[in-house]
Amino acid sequence: MKKITIDPVTRIEGHAKISIYLDDSGEVSDARFHVTQYRGFEKLCEGRPFTEMPRLMARTCGICPVSHLIAASKACDEIMGVKVPIAGVNIRKIINYAQILQSHALSFFYLSSPDLLLGMDAPIEERNIVGVLNRKKDFIENGIFLRKFGQMLIEKLGRKRIHPDYIVPGGVESPVEESIKDEINENARLCIDKALYTIDTFRSVLPAFEEEIRYFSHIPTYHMALSKDGKIEYYDGDIYIIDPEGRIELKFKPEEYNNYISERVEGFSYLKSPYLKIKGYPDGIYRVGPLSRLNIAESCGAEVADRELSIYREVAGRISNAAFLNHYARLVEIIFCAEKIIELLNDDATFVTHTKANAGVNFEEGVGVSEAPRGTLIHHYKVDRNGIVQWANLIIATGHNNLAMNKGILQAAKRFVKGDDIKEGFLNRIEAVIRCYDPCLSCSTHAVGKMPMMVEIVNNKGERLKEVRR
Amino acid sequence: MKIKTFTIDGVELSGREDQTILEVAREHGIKIPTLCHLEGLTPIGSCRICIVEIDGKRFAPSCITKVEDGMKIVTNNSEITEYRKTILEMIFAERNHICSICIANGNCELQNLSIELGMDHFEIKNQYPRCEVDLSHEKYGIDHNRCVLCARCVRVCAKIEGAHTKDISGRGHNARIITDFARGWGEAETCTGCGKCVQVCPTGALFEKGKPVGARKKRDFLNYLKIMRGQ
Ligand code: SF4
Ligand code: SF4
Ligand code: FES
Repeated sequence: MKKITIDPVTRIEGHAKISIYLDDSGEVSDARFHVTQYRGFEKLCEGRPFTEMPRLMARTCGICPVSHLIAASKACDEIMGVKVPIAGVNIRKIINYAQILQSHALSFFYLSSPDLLLGMDAPIEERNIVGVLNRKKDFIENGIFLRKFGQMLIEKLGRKRIHPDYIVPGGVESPVEESIKDEINENARLCIDKALYTIDTFRSVLPAFEEEIRYFSHIPTYHMALSKDGKIEYYDGDIYIIDPEGRIELKFKPEEYNNYISERVEGFSYLKSPYLKIKGYPDGIYRVGPLSRLNIAESCGAEVADRELSIYREVAGRISNAAFLNHYARLVEIIFCAEKIIELLNDDATFVTHTKANAGVNFEEGVGVSEAPRGTLIHHYKVDRNGIVQWANLIIATGHNNLAMNKGILQAAKRFVKGDDIKEGFLNRIEAVIRCYDPCLSCSTHAVGKMPMMVEIVNNKGERLKEVRR
Repeated sequence: MKIKTFTIDGVELSGREDQTILEVAREHGIKIPTLCHLEGLTPIGSCRICIVEIDGKRFAPSCITKVEDGMKIVTNNSEITEYRKTILEMIFAERNHICSICIANGNCELQNLSIELGMDHFEIKNQYPRCEVDLSHEKYGIDHNRCVLCARCVRVCAKIEGAHTKDISGRGHNARIITDFARGWGEAETCTGCGKCVQVCPTGALFEKGKPVGARKKRDFLNYLKIMRGQ
């Protein structure tokens, strides 16, 4: 068997490696996405005070620390057994919307738009955000605006752009001044306009990606997301699991996740592979993220976003299994987030000064779930009587998507790679499959432009036949 | 009371015979870094960060060394800085200091010292000891990972509050702050819950429960220590 390795994957927020295995006749026989960085966060938590979990967990990711803060704080709320004051809930939600908005902007504009607008086969020197900027300045400027808005809002509310130590067990640390309202309202409205313009541009290039829609990880899988009253929900609600045709397979409370999800450890990756218990491994493969959320929710529950959702469904259908459409779904969600931010800012309860409930340890276990930009995030802790963490489990969005990513790579590789003839455009397509999921692996780097890529072909005796670098 | 004359960094100075080098230096605006020392608490000279060179031949901790006639004291040169840095490194290496998640981050005397002394890397191998966190007290917690064994908490508890709940047990790198006879802090009957130890702790080792990162210790209150001792 020959092996082609692409390493490191460019423009993914982390460091990973792809191997494509060829059989002796040069056909792709298997493909794997290796996660080589070990984070070991669960072990680090043991012996620490539970109140430290949010800020410790926020270190899991430099891109979406807020989602970890929220899931961790929710798990701590459970341990304390408190009901978070409404202002605290609202502020947490606003920060999460801002986070998802800015992270989607990062993924769409900074990491994926070069492929989308310039084409997968554009010369590598041009296929980066600067290349897009040279050709479509206003498009990229919109992306910069959206990202800045999200970050500014997190900073205004959380007092720090990355790792805000502001979301704490029981609520948030301090109230928010009503004076920020007008400026944010205005900018959030601009975000909606800019996202609408982006959707128009995206739709105009969409016909060129018919192949990608069909072959980019277009696989029938289950989908999982939080949802409430048939609407998109990032904070409250129940966990829904639908089958590839959209039928509700399971619906359960976040704290029951253990009854329905199992995790498997594979030798080739440090990332655990969760699957649905009732379907077994590997049939219980499921996905999370923007596509899954739009599959599960009947509607968004926000005016402009709902209009865009119905237009999106003209392309995607009511249920879609095409990972490529995650890009589109992100744009719909950007609008949804901006509308929700406006809605919460116009709720007087947001500015009430009581933002935090205080309590000690009342329960020895807590589960916290939130929707992160990349999908459902689960934090689960067990503590002793004094609140020292004895055990922790995290299931991150990229983990849920692990099995689907592997399958997607194999599917695309089978279609686009033949023998050891390595064409730049083909390899980039396989990377692009992974980019659909926007995985956050070590989460420390998110290079714009080019990182070195190494492709090697190894035969069944382990000899390197060919190596290509760029 | 006799008056002694001596030089500090080449400047002729005088001080009372019961004064330490550190006291006189501070009176004259000469900076000497300290860690275990805290005005108002009995000095014990345990950390050695405040060392100065005397008569070009010996080093001594300035917080417990009394001034003497004819002393030639040097508070700063490259050799002294190197010693101070090494001492500081050993303190860091002995426990697990993860500033980014520490309650005292940005408000920590140990952190400030390392900035002041320009300690930008470690040469001594970290010990990574297994240390406990005791959260059994209703209001406060102790994280031994961050304790530098300055014994400020022991002193304030015994001499100011008069409770003498805290002590040090064990030797060398096995030394640990204990409460009563090494019970959990929550079970320590002598503890009045006054919180003085938390306020004097230079690091994030002692903390109020449920406070966010960088929560201020009320260090400006510490003047009361001096007042209470009539100094
Ligand atoms: S006590 Fe805390 S802030 Fe200070 S050095 Fe140790 S870990 Fe860092
Ligand atoms: S707990 Fe704080 S005050 Fe007490 S010895 Fe340790 S570092 Fe010093
Ligand atoms: S400050 Fe003088 S020995 Fe610690």
